Amino acid sequence: MVKFSEDKIKEVEAIIARYPQGKQKSALIPLLHLAQEEFGGWLSAETMDYVASLLSIESIEVYEVATFYSMFNLNPVGKHVLEVCQTGPCMLKGSDDIIGYIKSKLGIGVGETTADGMFTLKTVECLGACGYAPMMQMGMHYKEHLTPAKVDEIIANCYNHK
Amino acid sequence: MAEEIKKLKVTIDNITLEVPQGTTILQAARMIGGDVVPPAMCYYSKLQGSGGKCRTCLVEVSKGSEADPRPMPKLVASCRTGVMDGMEVKNITSPKVIDARNGVVEFLLLNHPLDCPICDQAGECHLQDLGYEHGKEATRYEFKRRTFDKHDLGPYIQLHMTRCILCYRCVFTADQVSNKRVHGVLSRGDHAEIATYIEKSLDNDFIGNVIDVCPVGALTDKTFRFKNRVWFTKPVNAHRDCKCCSGKVTLWQRGEEVLRVTARKNQWGEVEKWICNECRFEKKKVSDWVIEGPTHVNRHSVISQGHYEKMKKPTETFSKVHDGRKPKLLMDIHSVSEVNDPSIDLSAINGPATSKVFEHSKKQS
Amino acid sequence: MARKLLLEKAHVEGIRHFDVYRREGGYAAVEKALKMDPAAIVEEVKKSGLRGRGGAGFATGLKWSFLAKPEGVPRYLVCNADESEPGTFKDRYLMEFIPHLLIEGLIVSSFALGSNRTYIYIRGEYAWIVGILEQAIAEAKQNGFLGKNILGTGFDLEIYVQRGAGAYICGEETALIESLEGKRGNPRIKPPFPAIKGLWDCPTVVNNVETLAAVVPIMNLGGEEYAKIGVGRSTGTKLISACGNINKPGVYEIDMTISVEEFIYSDEYCGGIANGKKLKACIPGGSSVPILPANLLLKTAKGETRYMNYESLSDGGFATGSMMGSGGFIVLDEDQCIVRHTLTLARFYRHESCGQCSPCREGTGWMEKILHKIESGKGAMSDIDLLWDIQRKIEGNTICPLGDAAAWPVAAAIRHFRDEFEWHVNNPSLCLTQNYGLAHYADELSVVA
Ligand SMILES: Cc1cc2nc3c(=O)[nH]c(=O)nc-3n(C[C@H](O)[C@H](O)[C@H](O)COP(=O)(O)O)c2cc1C
Ligand code: SF4
Ligand code: SF4
Ligand code: FES
Ligand code: FES
Repeated sequence: MVKFSEDKIKEVEAIIARYPQGKQKSALIPLLHLAQEEFGGWLSAETMDYVASLLSIESIEVYEVATFYSMFNLNPVGKHVLEVCQTGPCMLKGSDDIIGYIKSKLGIGVGETTADGMFTLKTVECLGACGYAPMMQMGMHYKEHLTPAKVDEIIANCYNHK
Repeated sequence: MAEEIKKLKVTIDNITLEVPQGTTILQAARMIGGDVVPPAMCYYSKLQGSGGKCRTCLVEVSKGSEADPRPMPKLVASCRTGVMDGMEVKNITSPKVIDARNGVVEFLLLNHPLDCPICDQAGECHLQDLGYEHGKEATRYEFKRRTFDKHDLGPYIQLHMTRCILCYRCVFTADQVSNKRVHGVLSRGDHAEIATYIEKSLDNDFIGNVIDVCPVGALTDKTFRFKNRVWFTKPVNAHRDCKCCSGKVTLWQRGEEVLRVTARKNQWGEVEKWICNECRFEKKKVSDWVIEGPTHVNRHSVISQGHYEKMKKPTETFSKVHDGRKPKLLMDIHSVSEVNDPSIDLSAINGPATSKVFEHSKKQS
Repeated sequence: MARKLLLEKAHVEGIRHFDVYRREGGYAAVEKALKMDPAAIVEEVKKSGLRGRGGAGFATGLKWSFLAKPEGVPRYLVCNADESEPGTFKDRYLMEFIPHLLIEGLIVSSFALGSNRTYIYIRGEYAWIVGILEQAIAEAKQNGFLGKNILGTGFDLEIYVQRGAGAYICGEETALIESLEGKRGNPRIKPPFPAIKGLWDCPTVVNNVETLAAVVPIMNLGGEEYAKIGVGRSTGTKLISACGNINKPGVYEIDMTISVEEFIYSDEYCGGIANGKKLKACIPGGSSVPILPANLLLKTAKGETRYMNYESLSDGGFATGSMMGSGGFIVLDEDQCIVRHTLTLARFYRHESCGQCSPCREGTGWMEKILHKIESGKGAMSDIDLLWDIQRKIEGNTICPLGDAAAWPVAAAIRHFRDEFEWHVNNPSLCLTQNYGLAHYADELSVVA
């Protein structure tokens, strides 16, 4: 059963209180973020139905939103999701090489997860870090000025802090 | 004292008329009728919030109003732009509009499977009409056409997503006409699709109306008794006492059989009164209905090819006419047409279908 | 050294915190503004000549004066921190380093517009900045600058941070409002404009982060003084985020009187082209605005020096000029391939199209496919013309300006670099291993009088 803890429910209530009465649907995206963090890094249909029930809206309203935004994962992902930017400014600074390097290092393609469930590789479009390119997002944070050596270090760190 | 309704003067393709305040350019054009009416693939007067999306109804506003005569810098969607007093609009008299509309039609047909030969909507499809009027003979698109995973919407409604033009009408209909919406637009951009996300039936009452509002063959009636071509069926107006809806429908008959029930549509192809699921899906016997008479088909589409209204009934019987031959046309169309070969799923062919596809499958069979 | 109004204090130790910010003169604008009549603040902003920093450059004071004020209906101010236009990362910098400047600007602006509930809509990927902003909001509240009865004036204000979830289109103001209402980011069909019917159908103003932060120096200096900085209708200072093949990528606050050449080559700013290479091309205002070859970038078609301001960057219109846009300055050196760069942008717009209207939904993908074909040496001459025709049929025919934003980069690339496209077509295998190079793109142009 998908269910928030009491603490999280308090957080949910605080989020809903940001909006005028009756406008609780506005809390949908913040709640989906919260649910994705809580329930394994992705949104199952069950999770989305649960969020719908918290906001008293139809499930389809949640599906429509969750499928629109690129940050919501609709399938299980690895423990760490490497989201490498590939748009123009990053491409100018060698993002294609970084993507190639990660692929060969982890032995996976874009959109795939390593067999040990540690890493999922994704390509994304401009994340607003063009001056610090090439870059990728990992969870809540950005890893910028990437080089193969830096990628090695980041991946090693993930294994060390398992 | 009742306030007098202000009348606004508007000129469309050099024809001037007066309309009440709040009228859109498209509505004003429809009051004039004929060729000055822009095609409208997404707007639906009975659905609040509809329109603005397909861009087929773009027109040029060459004069904004009497008060501010400047032309509007861009073409505007006539379905969502209100008339101002003194406004001058160009539709078919504007080369810019014709050019843009050709572009829009090309975009709409870009990923369309062009599987009209096997589409239930063929003959009453607004996209087909639009393509005839504005389309080019050959597509300039040489890439794989978009495909989607198949979704089952339950026993009543068939979804062919590749044909969908994302007009959103069915979404508005579910919101405004039925009591619950379980389908919607999922994903975004060129992946956007009509779906339910997890398998769900569209079966709540009045949901059948999505079939009637769909301008293309993306949503069709699964209970349509035969894969018949609409132009071989005979539309008649009929009614019954119904507790849920007006019970006023159009029956698509062949002989004594009711192949399909739809709502009655006006000259713009819009439903006059929404009908309930029971009338649409469950009442398939002529005896369920009181027949009123032939439906007046106004649109210049292939449906009117039949000219049923003024048709004189032949005196001979069918078998006499056929004189021993089998009346093939009214039989399973698959047996006579290679285009309708059931082993070929036209919508699954990547790129335009060519004769090779059919030759190939003939060899196989 | 140019005058700084926004980032002057950004690197003072601890400026992220209220105490330091206040000690450095922060929140004086609030103290001043809350004693004024709201309409007088709008007047000051009008006088300042401030233009929206989100991309369109619309006069902020004028925009504020359009806000409807029906009796008994709340009004809202929404801060657009969605910052997703490729090449743009200035708002992030401002929020990360000097968050209280934005909060201060929001308090003044909310008071001027009569908003008691103001939202900062921030792109979902800027997750860590949410914490920075919420901390600043909490501190301001503790110190009586937010909450009920601010500074005893009777003005109540709450500021909330709303996180997006990955969608460039939510930077478009009506898509942003839809998203804030918990819906898909589909832009609305206008009219009605947000000033009449915006968030929850109430009158709403949406402004960019930098625009709202600039209200602070406008309050402190007075509109007229602010307007003296800069040149012509480019008043005040502008944040430029510079990236690509330059020595010093980063965010710079410029006074809009410097030349493009100075901006690229001076050590105070970009510090020249990296690795001793030559400048080939530049997109001066974020990915949507037209790319210019080096020769047209540094000098206008008339042979005059081009400056980093609204008027000069757009000198020559789309034929030979570009735009200030969002201030995302993307520099390409002689080794870069224009076709490939344009392809990544086309992919971006295809990915970010909301899919509501047919020209953008279908056209962006088509352009990407054709560019991919040309880039991989499979293109034909007719593909270049087809590409031109597609962008032409998207532009101006869509619901929101994303369609235009997708069309312009393709149009400009073909307009100025057509021979590079043709070279790809004529050299199908060579183009896979080699680039067209600088060619003639930096050559002095003969000036047509
Ligand atoms: C596709 C698209 C994306 C946009 N993205 C942003 C953005 O990320 N940030 C922003 O401030 N404005 C963005 N805008 C502009 C906004 O619609 C709006 O004009 C702006 O927020 C108004 O603020 P300003 O007047 O202060 O510039 C975008 C516009 C479009 C059409
Ligand atoms: S299924 Fe039909 S009605 Fe629904 S959006 Fe697609 S074309 Fe429109
Ligand atoms: S132009 Fe593109 S992004 Fe804008 S509404 Fe149309 S489909 Fe959506
Ligand atoms: S292009 Fe990669 S962060 Fe902007
Ligand atoms: S009918 Fe007007 S845009 Fe579709």
